[in-house]
Amino acid sequence: MTGTATLPGAALGRYEVVIGLEVHAQLLTRSKMFCPCPADYISAAPNGNTCPVCLGLPGVLPTMNEQAVEYTVRTALALHCEIPPFTKFDRKNYFYPDLPKGYQISQYDLPLSLNGYLEFPVGGETVRCGITRVHLEEDTGTMHHAGDVLQSATSSLIDLNRCGVPLMEIVGEPDLRTPEAAREYLVRLHQILMYIGVNDGNLEKGSFRCDANISLRPPGATELGVKVEVKNMNSFRAVQHALESEIERQTGVLDAGGTLVQETRGWVETQGRTISQRSKEQAHDYRYFPEPDLPPLRLGAEYVDRVRASLPELPEARARRFQEQFGLTAYDAAVLTDTREDADTYEALVGAGVPAKLAANWQTGDVAALANEHRMPLQQSGLGVNGLASLLRLVDAGTINGPTAKELLAELYVSGGNPEALVRDRGLAQVSDTAALIALVDAAIAANPAAAADFRAGKQQALGQLMRAVKDATGGKADMPLVNRLLRERLSEQ
Amino acid sequence: MTLDTIGGLAAALRDGRTTPRALLADALTHVERSEQGLNAYLTVTRELAEQQADAAARALEDHPDTASPLCGIPMALKDVLCVDGIETTAGSKMLQGFKPPYTGTAVQRLFDAGAVCVGKTNCDEFAMGSSTENSAYGPVGNPWDIERVPGGSSGGSAATVAAGSVPYSLGTDTGGSIRQPAALCGVVGFKPTYGRVSRYGLIAFASSLDQIGPFTRTVEDCALVYSAIAGHDPRDSTSDPRALDDPLTSLHTGVAGMRLGIPREYLGPGTEPGVRAAVEAAFHVLEGQGATLHEVSLPSTDVALSVYYIIAPAECSSNLARYDGVRFGNRVERASLTDMYLQTRDAGFGTEVKRRIMLGTYALSSGYYDAYYRQAQKVRTLVSQEFEAVFNEVDAIVCPTSPSVAFPMGSHDDPLSMYMCDVVTLPANLAGIPGMSVPCGFVDGLPVGLQVLAPRFEDSRVFRVAHAYEQATTFHTMPSPYANEAA
Repeated sequence: MTGTATLPGAALGRYEVVIGLEVHAQLLTRSKMFCPCPADYISAAPNGNTCPVCLGLPGVLPTMNEQAVEYTVRTALALHCEIPPFTKFDRKNYFYPDLPKGYQISQYDLPLSLNGYLEFPVGGETVRCGITRVHLEEDTGTMHHAGDVLQSATSSLIDLNRCGVPLMEIVGEPDLRTPEAAREYLVRLHQILMYIGVNDGNLEKGSFRCDANISLRPPGATELGVKVEVKNMNSFRAVQHALESEIERQTGVLDAGGTLVQETRGWVETQGRTISQRSKEQAHDYRYFPEPDLPPLRLGAEYVDRVRASLPELPEARARRFQEQFGLTAYDAAVLTDTREDADTYEALVGAGVPAKLAANWQTGDVAALANEHRMPLQQSGLGVNGLASLLRLVDAGTINGPTAKELLAELYVSGGNPEALVRDRGLAQVSDTAALIALVDAAIAANPAAAADFRAGKQQALGQLMRAVKDATGGKADMPLVNRLLRERLSEQ
Repeated sequence: MTLDTIGGLAAALRDGRTTPRALLADALTHVERSEQGLNAYLTVTRELAEQQADAAARALEDHPDTASPLCGIPMALKDVLCVDGIETTAGSKMLQGFKPPYTGTAVQRLFDAGAVCVGKTNCDEFAMGSSTENSAYGPVGNPWDIERVPGGSSGGSAATVAAGSVPYSLGTDTGGSIRQPAALCGVVGFKPTYGRVSRYGLIAFASSLDQIGPFTRTVEDCALVYSAIAGHDPRDSTSDPRALDDPLTSLHTGVAGMRLGIPREYLGPGTEPGVRAAVEAAFHVLEGQGATLHEVSLPSTDVALSVYYIIAPAECSSNLARYDGVRFGNRVERASLTDMYLQTRDAGFGTEVKRRIMLGTYALSSGYYDAYYRQAQKVRTLVSQEFEAVFNEVDAIVCPTSPSVAFPMGSHDDPLSMYMCDVVTLPANLAGIPGMSVPCGFVDGLPVGLQVLAPRFEDSRVFRVAHAYEQATTFHTMPSPYANEAA
């Protein structure tokens, strides 16, 4: 296991840290889990996307969203899970105002999938974390308290738009040993879910949520220590920080000879610490039992094979292929496969005749910078993928030089337009005519005798002044690598 | 129209002897008079009924030949069935004033056929009981003896048909709640195969056991109503997609050559002698029509009751969690959420409902689940297998519907003795098989019911046996004293 460098000093060596993560990810289905209401709960007015079924009115019954089942199976397969032939739904019973039926339809002992794993890089090494299960359930509503928390609120408003949105729970094995590894696990999982198109990856709005279980034990021990569940973390960074803080707290308790209690703690970002929310004694007895309103599901091998065949190439495999097929470095390949859209863009550029290395340099460099600057991905920019391909073909053909291409890219990214037409209309094509350039080179040497002398005396920097002179003489359109070569030739000849 | 059948009324509507409005006026007058003693209705839906009667009149005029036989005929619905905009209480204070914003599937199918709904009938709170004494709105009188119970939980639906107010009604049956009140009120009551009638819009008591079914005066009427409400519904995942077998097509084929089983456990010492005599006489009527009688055994019958009283309360404890005062129904305002929950549920639920929620919560609790719920599910499977084995030997089962005739109100104050009322009906719910009660005699002027059971999805066979018996007897034509008085 790697990444021990980020472990808080206090815990180093004396305790082994054991972390397991539970991720809840909303599925990108059109409708809710058990009714035809739109699953988009954010853009509608409060309680606008509800019906008798998701309101849990007397007499209603759930019906299964097949797309949600398929998305869960897709996720499970991407995480190398087994799909048992028989799965069922269960009721998890508890009272809370955002849970209108008084129970959540979830899966207890026979989930949709089991026994998978996720591999991800931590500090240059590949770490594998087991996936216990991926199961399907429904989300709850949301509450807005007039006051900080329900207990002290004078009133609470309930919005049931989110109620019944399909929610996938991905339970990881307690295989993680450092907060950094936990963070990298989440980064890779997040990436895969977005790659396979089942989740929008929005941590802030809660469509991708993470709870962490963490315990300490003496190195070499096989039994797990007292487990603490940490909640309320809504960024990858928060997960890492909360776990670091929790390791420090638990280490402090153990070092002082104290004992830890099994409890649920909440991460308070502003205070940089976790606070106790619920002890084991206050834990619910959820009284799980099979949901009698939904018959068990039997997913045949054919169905599973069909879903498997529909899986896109996953980021890790795609990065490996990019290295082999396009001769990219591991770093470039990883950057270019970070999102499915970026990887698709890269392959589209190469497919449109842009050399692999050139495409990689521009996409990871200037294009990425512009996307960041304008907060707009290339695909939605004025230029678009096809426009970028045209522009880069002009660079590759030597029609325009690098600086011209940069300027054009920045302009077209926002305004859009046809790069070829623009180069033609504005006369931006670079000057690559050797005879014409030799004349300009000779003129520059004649006009800057001191610089020429310096260069001949071995002062390499002196070439800069001469190059600028040629560049200016062409209005910036000179083929500068050619100018460089010609200058050196002429200076050594004379 | 007191004891007219649906078929008779449908004919009268078509040859101009009456109109939907006239039938409705009769029904409403009859309900008004009989309500003095019966308390069968929680809501009379006059306005809805008038609209439906007028729509039915237009339908009968426009296309009399294709209009459903139910078009323009008055009926009533057990108050656990949701109707858009009509108060639906499930017999509970918890839902006093609750008006669902939607209509359930079975009810909608009747409305689409042109049914005229005169009201919502009284029942045991959330359908939990066997006497309708657990209604938060007072007990229902039995039209054969107003001092006695009509059975339950669909007591109001059974009583209003027996009183002659409407020719049919819908009830629900979770452990016998259609068949037992049908027997005690001297009418026909049918619980279909689980999955045959959509439960969408039925306020759930125990989801894996609940079925909607009709009360009628004749088996043929029962087939008409059943055909109208049955069939697959995409809104109910437990409703079965296979094609419906119309019981009317085989209704008159008789029982000659049929093998009928009599489970010895269903005529145990708990059976009243009068009931036993009436039912045994009924067996011989069927034998006289060419059926052969065979003693069979369902050894798990005694434990089926215990199993039922684990599974049904377990499901109920979860199904009734939504009555928390947050969104609908009644709320007792308190400063804290927990107090609001506790006070609302304490004030809203009656004793029997609370008892079953407690039983079910206990049975599902961590540490007790295996001993109670899981074990009960195993025995439930055993009960189903025993039925399957018996149905390999015989075509149908005939037996009493209830071990006793209608009992005086207040006489079963011990919950266990009340639970015993369902001992011969609830196994059918555990196994999901269809069952019907058909009138088969009287003991001291109180009706006795013959129960007919068949394998799952052999609903038509139940109708066939019950119809053959009914055609050979006249018990179904006897008006209750209450029907005579009120008429």
